[in-house]
Amino acid sequence: MLDLATYAVFFLVTALGFTLICLGLNLQWGFTGLFNAGVAGFVAIGAYVSAILTTPESAQHLGGFGVPIAIGWLGGAAAAALTAAIVGVATLRLRSDYLAITTFGIAASLLAVAQNALRLTGGPFGIAFIPRTFAALSDRPALYDTVYLALMVALVGIVFVALERLVHGPWGRALKAIREDEMAAAALGKDPRRFRLEAFVMGSAIMGLAGAAEAHFVGFIAPDEFLPILTFQAWAMLIVGGSGNNRGAVLGSLVVWIAWSASGTIMRGLLPADLQVRGAALQIVLIGVLLAAMLVLRPRGLIGERTIVSRHITAERNGGVAAAPAADEPANS
Amino acid sequence: MSPQLLLDGVLLGSTIGLGAIGLTLTYAILGFGNFAHGELMSWGAYLALPIAALVSGILVAEPLGALSFGWPLVAAALIAMALTGALAFALDWILFSRLRRRGGTMTPVIASFGASLALRNLIQFVFGPQPAYYSRDLQIAMPFGPFRVTPDQIVVLAVTAALVIGVHLLLSRTHLGRAMRATAENPQLAQIAGIDIAGVVRNVWLIGGALAAAAGVLVGVTVQLSPGMGFDLLLPLFAAVILGGIGSAPGAVIGGLVIGLAQAASGPLVGSEYRSAVAFLVLLAVLIVKPTGLFGGRS
Repeated sequence: MLDLATYAVFFLVTALGFTLICLGLNLQWGFTGLFNAGVAGFVAIGAYVSAILTTPESAQHLGGFGVPIAIGWLGGAAAAALTAAIVGVATLRLRSDYLAITTFGIAASLLAVAQNALRLTGGPFGIAFIPRTFAALSDRPALYDTVYLALMVALVGIVFVALERLVHGPWGRALKAIREDEMAAAALGKDPRRFRLEAFVMGSAIMGLAGAAEAHFVGFIAPDEFLPILTFQAWAMLIVGGSGNNRGAVLGSLVVWIAWSASGTIMRGLLPADLQVRGAALQIVLIGVLLAAMLVLRPRGLIGERTIVSRHITAERNGGVAAAPAADEPANS
Repeated sequence: MSPQLLLDGVLLGSTIGLGAIGLTLTYAILGFGNFAHGELMSWGAYLALPIAALVSGILVAEPLGALSFGWPLVAAALIAMALTGALAFALDWILFSRLRRRGGTMTPVIASFGASLALRNLIQFVFGPQPAYYSRDLQIAMPFGPFRVTPDQIVVLAVTAALVIGVHLLLSRTHLGRAMRATAENPQLAQIAGIDIAGVVRNVWLIGGALAAAAGVLVGVTVQLSPGMGFDLLLPLFAAVILGGIGSAPGAVIGGLVIGLAQAASGPLVGSEYRSAVAFLVLLAVLIVKPTGLFGGRS
């Protein structure tokens, strides 16, 4: 029974890490219409920078800065934000799909660095002995996991409330206006490039924070955790949950992570050992088909975007649903 | 750059260019970057594997001259090209066309992202994660001017050149080619001019898929087959397309050669494991300096 509870807590901490990533992606795609195809790269930056800043000196990788963990987390988020700012400045002025290709490229390049820059990242061996956030509790695993879960819940809660306030405030309305009709928004004095860049940088910072939080929970990171499949999982979660709605992002991350873990467990139970690798491949095929089917059959996701312009305007409130599918983007951006 | 690196770069670049032709045409005509295009290369290469084994029961399985493969692989490559073209068209019919009809330029990109993972892992599911080879024979590189080159590599270069010239003639000399270029340039105007857009779209997928399959088989002949082979080339493909200018087939080939040469030339400096990062840096430089590419008109 205790094992099950431990597993449940561990499972939830990982799921909440995905929830954070998904909230960041929702800010970029759901509210701003920016396609980030390199989510894994931004998560990796957050994890690696925080790990390098806080781990004791080691011959295997860069380290020994002795920075407090909280600063490490902020550093991870800041590094992800900085990377996003560089990419954003270079590509946000161009057609929207160039951002997709550039983010895809930066994630591939960062993965190459993580795998090969031995002195910096430890290469394929990764970084071990990342200080855990509540080290005093490390001899009581159950308590440690529970306290960490509480921390993750608090973190997700803070990010969620902050994002809700942002997107339902003037900044969020401008963001949506730009997404729907860039020309009209620009005519009203809203600089589309600035708002897009802000949303892109902020979303990436949240992804970096998620990477740091996960790294300090497990205490070990390796390049294998930041493969393109991570990007894909985040997208599947957002599309299933319903982009353009933070509640959808939270729900989607939990539902897809449960489905992913359950199908993995079933696959491991059913298949003999020599077919395990192929079983894992089949699992990805199924999730890929799910994502495609969702886009075709139910583009709004489980809970889609609501077309409330402002909470002060109540006319559309009753059952107001997005006229256009939430996963779609206007043709002119 | 040493002559040998030059040859490596041209070899790599020509397969990238060949694969990128289909990507640049679908990009221009359908208006979205297809992240599943790399998988068409993998599928072409992997489809040819069992077909070649089947065909070698019918045709003479002896290798041709000094080459590592014989007529069965040639026949299998042609069949795989047809099948991959059909696969690309089927993918459009099932997925992309439905999303296009609904409007929105980015939804097909997300869908292609999902399709890419599903297609790649389907290969891994069927064939396993380990690399595969058309032939286990070792080829000895022979001196050829200042280069050392294997007979297979010469054939790969010749086949690529022939296909590129063929595509060029198709696009510049035939009615279909002109219709394709017109649609890439301006779909609305092309439709007003009476061009059958649906037919153009069908042919673009068939041709793009077939060329990707050919490129995949050529990579399989000179390097090896692995489930990730197409995905690993996706970034160079996109870099080639954007460098050449979206919609320009000659641009894609030249872009591919530039990327291949850049990757080969940087090998001794930074190590070949950073190939993807080199392609990315070229891409970023193009986006900053000339985002329309060398031969592209629109941004």
